[in-house]
Amino acid sequence: MEMSVLHAIQEFDSSATTADAPAVHCDGVKKHYGEGAARVDALSGIDLEVRIGELLMLVGPSGCGKTTLISVMAGILNPDAGVCRVFGRDFSQMSEKQKTWHRGRTVGFVFQAFNLIPALTAAENVAVPLLIEGMPRKQAIERASNLLDRVELGNRIHSLPNQLSGGQQQRVAIARALIHEPKLIVCDEPTSALDHETGHKVMDLLREIGVGRDRALIIVTHDARIFSFADRIAKMDDGRIVELNSNHNSPAATGEGVKL
Amino acid sequence: MIAIALKMLIGDRAKYFGIIIGLTFASLLITQQAGIFVGLMSRTYGAIEDLRLPDIWVMDKQVQFIDDVKPLQETMVSRVRGVKGVEWAVPLYKGLIKARLDNGAFQTCNVMGLDDSTLIGGPPVMVKGKLADLWRADSVIVDEFGAAEKLGHILPNGETVPLDVGDVMELNDHRAVVVGICKNTRTFQSQPVVYTTYTRATTFAPHERKLLSFVLVKAKPGVDPNALCKTLEHATGQAAYTRDGFEQLTYDYFMKATGIPINFGIAVGLGFLVGTIIAGQTFYNFTLDNLRYFGALKAMGASNHQLLGMILMQALLVGAIGYGLGVGIASVMGWCLRNTELSFRLPAPLLGASAGAVMLICILSALLSIRKVMRLEPAIVFKS
Repeated sequence: MEMSVLHAIQEFDSSATTADAPAVHCDGVKKHYGEGAARVDALSGIDLEVRIGELLMLVGPSGCGKTTLISVMAGILNPDAGVCRVFGRDFSQMSEKQKTWHRGRTVGFVFQAFNLIPALTAAENVAVPLLIEGMPRKQAIERASNLLDRVELGNRIHSLPNQLSGGQQQRVAIARALIHEPKLIVCDEPTSALDHETGHKVMDLLREIGVGRDRALIIVTHDARIFSFADRIAKMDDGRIVELNSNHNSPAATGEGVKL
Repeated sequence: MIAIALKMLIGDRAKYFGIIIGLTFASLLITQQAGIFVGLMSRTYGAIEDLRLPDIWVMDKQVQFIDDVKPLQETMVSRVRGVKGVEWAVPLYKGLIKARLDNGAFQTCNVMGLDDSTLIGGPPVMVKGKLADLWRADSVIVDEFGAAEKLGHILPNGETVPLDVGDVMELNDHRAVVVGICKNTRTFQSQPVVYTTYTRATTFAPHERKLLSFVLVKAKPGVDPNALCKTLEHATGQAAYTRDGFEQLTYDYFMKATGIPINFGIAVGLGFLVGTIIAGQTFYNFTLDNLRYFGALKAMGASNHQLLGMILMQALLVGAIGYGLGVGIASVMGWCLRNTELSFRLPAPLLGASAGAVMLICILSALLSIRKVMRLEPAIVFKS
């Protein structure tokens, strides 16, 4: 491993341990696509903090910039202006190599379309982040199987994605997002393809194992049925945060179903 | 990551087999056409290959290939024998003489006249009879393909009965008795090959002032044949080549003076092009179909190097399988047609070259995909 990457990791780890540091701190983040007449301002100066141990939901109409914002937070996109620090570290200041390395170890993803690789079994899909890190296959599969057990899919570790229901696929995707114990978990519409009951089960699961003392969970959603699971809800419109509310009825606030 | 790449490749059966078929087809075309080309070109010097005993061929300076006979004076044999370093030297007649068939038709034969006393220059394998039978009166030995086909007896019903030992044929109005059937390396010319003694061959041949085609020379032990060639050229004023040198001269002539390399080159090039297009397009489509997953891997922390390794591994795997299948099919085809007119050879350098060509196809195919994946924005994963 290159020294610059090692150095960045050490810096990152030390910054992450800073008490009271937010998980994510966005300050004046701007991002646009296209130029001239085709220019679209996806983010028009976002100021937002995501606290460690909380579940923040980003809601708003289509095209309001939610996905762009989580892409910036996850280090997938660089902002045009402003700063977005994840556990004290600014992804945009890193080289592409460092950013990829950090993203792999710091961020877990749950995608709307699951993005499970069709040719891999559930256990292999879950093991992907560990294999990317270079963990031996046998060990990675073993850890993935244990985690699948936790999401009640211990009997489906050898199943291919097309042999699983939508809810089961989403649970595999959640296990994949958590397998490498990332500090930040980013979910894009995790319940949009699921029915009400399955959606609630998935959210219970995300809260149960995705939210913790040292990590934060950000969910982009349209699904009003799951708003009650959020600690805070940030409403976006036209590239801005227009409302930021605490949810006093969240499981965290009521002390239900959250292990802090 | 290699295991993931493998599973991704094999998981999409239709595309996987599509790529394999494309590469197999390319490999088959390249190998088979090149194999026939090599086989055909090796036939150009088949007659030289069959004569393993002499080290050196002495001939007229203007000779360009084995069948381009420019006769020498018979005294040349004695002149060559007198050169220092020559163990022995014998005459060889090689010429085209017409044979009259049972049905009155004529067939041109390639007649080889061997040294009367030693019979050096005879066929490598006797199928029937003995080489020594050439010492019998009017005797000739015929190659098995010629005996079976072009010189065979044609029955009234059109069926051909192969020429056999004891049969009598007519060579340029001279009686010739078949005393043996032999097997020899197929030559570029399609005429039957008839072996007889030098004296008899010159009797069969139309009258000419000079009838000696070549002088076959054996170098004394310890004498370098290449050096002896130079000595012979200097002493006789004629051209002298080692066996390999004469084979090369013949090969070069056919390469330069005929359209064979171009025609086969086009076929081989077409195989390469078709293979590249089929495999490249299928492989590229495979990558496009998996772009979302490559994006997901990239988002999850897979580096460009890891993805590059995955794609190259996939390309090299399908390349190896396609190459193996293509070469396998080409070999089976060659084996099945081994007793026919088809000339087919698969020497190791050709196998290496076709492996290189198939790998080049794979790398070219992979390059398109690699470029796409390297430029891929991982944000693609958030697009539903």
